Amino acid sequence: MLFFIILIAIWEAIYRLNLSYEFFSVTAFPSPINSVTELYIGFFETGILTEALFTSIQRLLVGFIIAVIIGSLLGLLLARSKIADETLGSLVIALQSIPSIVWLPIMLMLFGSGTLPIILIVTLGGTWVMTSNMRLGIKSVQPILIRAARTMGYKGSELIWHVMIPAAVPSFLSGTRLAWAFGWRALMAAELIGSGGLGRTLMDARDFYNMDLVIAIMIIIATIGLIMEFVIFDRIEKKVFARWGLS
Amino acid sequence: MADVVIDQVEKTFFDQENKTSFTVFNDISTDIKSGEFVSLLGPSGCGKSTLLNIIAGLDQPTSGTITANGKKVTAPGPDRGVVFQESALMPWLTVLDNVMFGLKKQMKKEEAKERAKYFLKLVHLSKFINSYPHELSGGMKQRVSIARTLAFDPDILLMDEPFGALDEQTRSMLHKEVQYIWQETQKTVVFVTHNIRESILLSDRIVLMGTRPGRIVEIFDVPLERPRKPSSDEFGELEEKIQQKLAKEIEKVMREEMGDDYNSKKGALLYHSDRDMGSNI
Repeated sequence: MLFFIILIAIWEAIYRLNLSYEFFSVTAFPSPINSVTELYIGFFETGILTEALFTSIQRLLVGFIIAVIIGSLLGLLLARSKIADETLGSLVIALQSIPSIVWLPIMLMLFGSGTLPIILIVTLGGTWVMTSNMRLGIKSVQPILIRAARTMGYKGSELIWHVMIPAAVPSFLSGTRLAWAFGWRALMAAELIGSGGLGRTLMDARDFYNMDLVIAIMIIIATIGLIMEFVIFDRIEKKVFARWGLS
Repeated sequence: MADVVIDQVEKTFFDQENKTSFTVFNDISTDIKSGEFVSLLGPSGCGKSTLLNIIAGLDQPTSGTITANGKKVTAPGPDRGVVFQESALMPWLTVLDNVMFGLKKQMKKEEAKERAKYFLKLVHLSKFINSYPHELSGGMKQRVSIARTLAFDPDILLMDEPFGALDEQTRSMLHKEVQYIWQETQKTVVFVTHNIRESILLSDRIVLMGTRPGRIVEIFDVPLERPRKPSSDEFGELEEKIQQKLAKEIEKVMREEMGDDYNSKKGALLYHSDRDMGSNI
């Protein structure tokens, strides 16, 4: 904590020195204190940040949920069907190496410049990593659990529902965590180019030479990322991993 | 009623890519009577676990048939319950839910719950019904596994080295529990082990299996009174007799794994050429 306070103090000091000596252009160098002021204004006076945050989170959630659903189903299919794995599976691996943001030009051409292309970019960002985690999770279910279930009268799809899917929950969770992280990054990249949300607001702030607002938005982005990673996902993962006997 | 007839069973694994095959055993035939406790004893690689899996219906024999309760075995069925070496409990379910896992398929939830509780009491785990497997010791897990199998009331209990991974104290406690349960329920038990003492302690008959190729070497009756004491003379004599037979089979395995370096007759220490004292002077 002290470390961060010192860091911010140094930053503010450089900002003040810069005002009188002009190492950099004064308009381009943000101040931490003014950034916090911008945060306050954006949330409680003009409301632009509230609105932008709301838009971004909405897009992220929709894209993320679609990615998790498609990824889980596709992962399950790849793990269970050898033909699917050899055909679709290699396609997934190929697609995984494409950063989802490079799909944006095509998406913009196909769907215009609204919300849809951005949601699709988020989905593309999360789907493949979700797929490969789910596939691995189902594939690495301990065979003895399946055998044990078979001796107790389980067969076919019952084995998938009652053994494989529950056994793959830890992998599923790791998948969602990565899908969220990838989706979050894809969202910001897409919004910088597209319209609305935090990313667009950030670009707008730059166009008005309001670097303090740029920093304010970056603080929001970092905060949300930290909360999701270390508060929500970390807690769920710890609980689940302990119960599944993996920790 | 709940007998098992093993008739000329062979198991061969084929390697599709290298076009090779490996015969685990062939021409295994024996009968297991209803209510009998039979051990399959043998060195590693003799196929005793494979044979058990075939009786369970988890693996298919390459040729020959196994009949349980007068019906040919082709798939797993509720008449045959298996206890595995690792407890094979579902880690995401509580102890109670694990025991109910098989029951839920056969009866209503409430009924299954009562039954599961009864069998958990039988293995002295009533206190732990709401625990998760990762919170239990190895012996406790194995007791849950036994309760889970007993709960759906199979006529034939197949146990695949159930206590192999446990320490000595836990194991001898579980021996007592298994004997008690067997006497109470009168189930047919097929028990796979590589421990001679364990097999004498528990079984009516011991099927000694050999390796390369896997086959039945000899079948020993165990006429000793229960409860059996490992310190008694008869126990010791039988143990010695089986030990001698088994030693030959173990030596065969060791020779194959270690080559000519291995020689059990030279003594307990591993034979080394430098140990021929003075012969190289």
